[in-house]
Amino acid sequence: MSKLFSDKTKQVFLGPLSKNNPITVQVLGICSALAVTANLKPALVMGISVTVIVAFSNVIISLLRNTIPNRIRIIVQLVVVAALVTVVSEFLKAFAYDVSVQLSVYIGLIITNCILMGRLEAFAMANKPWESFVDGLGNGFGYAVILVVVGIFRELLGAGSLLGFRIIPQSFYDAGYMNNGLMMMPPMALILVACIIWWHRSKNKELQE
Amino acid sequence: MDTNKNGYTLIYATVMVVIVALMLAFVSGALKDTQNANVKLDKKKQILKSLQIDTEGQDADALYNKYIVKELVVNSKAEVLSEKKDEAFDVDVNKELSKKLEVRRLPIYVANVDGKTKYIITLRGTGLWGPIWGYLALDEDRNTIFGTFFSHASETPGLGANIADPPFQKQFIGKHILSDKNEFVSIAVLKAGQATKTQEKVDALSGGTITSKGVEKMLLNCLGQYDQFLQQPTSGGTK
Repeated sequence: MSKLFSDKTKQVFLGPLSKNNPITVQVLGICSALAVTANLKPALVMGISVTVIVAFSNVIISLLRNTIPNRIRIIVQLVVVAALVTVVSEFLKAFAYDVSVQLSVYIGLIITNCILMGRLEAFAMANKPWESFVDGLGNGFGYAVILVVVGIFRELLGAGSLLGFRIIPQSFYDAGYMNNGLMMMPPMALILVACIIWWHRSKNKELQE
Repeated sequence: MDTNKNGYTLIYATVMVVIVALMLAFVSGALKDTQNANVKLDKKKQILKSLQIDTEGQDADALYNKYIVKELVVNSKAEVLSEKKDEAFDVDVNKELSKKLEVRRLPIYVANVDGKTKYIITLRGTGLWGPIWGYLALDEDRNTIFGTFFSHASETPGLGANIADPPFQKQFIGKHILSDKNEFVSIAVLKAGQATKTQEKVDALSGGTITSKGVEKMLLNCLGQYDQFLQQPTSGGTK
């Protein structure tokens, strides 16, 4: 285990959770962060799916990294990701149909997620499979954390519920409280992400430009 | 080895594409039957949901056989073309919608819920990003809505996708699709505060205007095909 989790690997895993977060610092995957965070549930599902796919495509690209011709490397990465996502979605359709119905919207979003291309290009092309796998997990979790935080705020303030369960009691509404419909719109996700980045940078002075 | 040579790049790309194509073809072929069975089972669940029957954790096949007593195929003049089992179930409504009204084969599921007859009509339409669909159950008078089920392929989560949620679907219950003069008028999906003179209305989804319009159009198009069937006198009719 000591070899598996050397200091460098630990750094690779923990970095994306804070100092090198894919959304707040690398500014990757913003588009999908806007699209799926109106409710908490799709945010969770998307976070988990991206984590799995980025980890495994990182491993595959890392294994192939010495054979990939430089000029078509982006195409190769895209083919690997698209093939992986398609195979997984086919298996889900056959053995976990309900999950695949839930995911249907996100399949396309996963393939085109900038985090995947970013990590494959920046990390997996230059590192060994195990480190790449850990890097994929770390970045996936880093992405998921932000999605979940934004999802909680948007669903709570926009619909008064979490995961579909009512949180804000009816008595509040009777007293004149209203759901903020703006929270349901994509621009609000952008503002929330910006607030998170603001908070994050004020905590980590070295990230300030 | 030099991985920058043109020859290497070409061969690499070709081999990669062939391997991936074979793999995808194999996976798709091997899983086809299981997937089709799932799609059929899911359709049965959707039909049951329009009757407001909870299928969660239950054998949907058994429930379907229990509640759905007849599957009819009719034409636009309400003449029954077939009563054979599975024939209505296998009708591809999307294909029928592209044909002329006179030659369309229209499926109707006849259900028996607590001794009362319900008619279930299949709905197909388009939302903002892709197809939307649903089932609508009518009471025996062929006018009052007993329940609805809507779903979608890729509407925006939190906005248009809410057509698949109970709060939107429950609004339809008890509304009438025929006017006082017994003409087919469908149901309007409108912003809160708006109203029409002839139609009964439900509230549209805020932020999901195009999806809401899609639902309205789908109801008009799909129910409209059954015009003759809806206006047939029924034994226990209220009109």
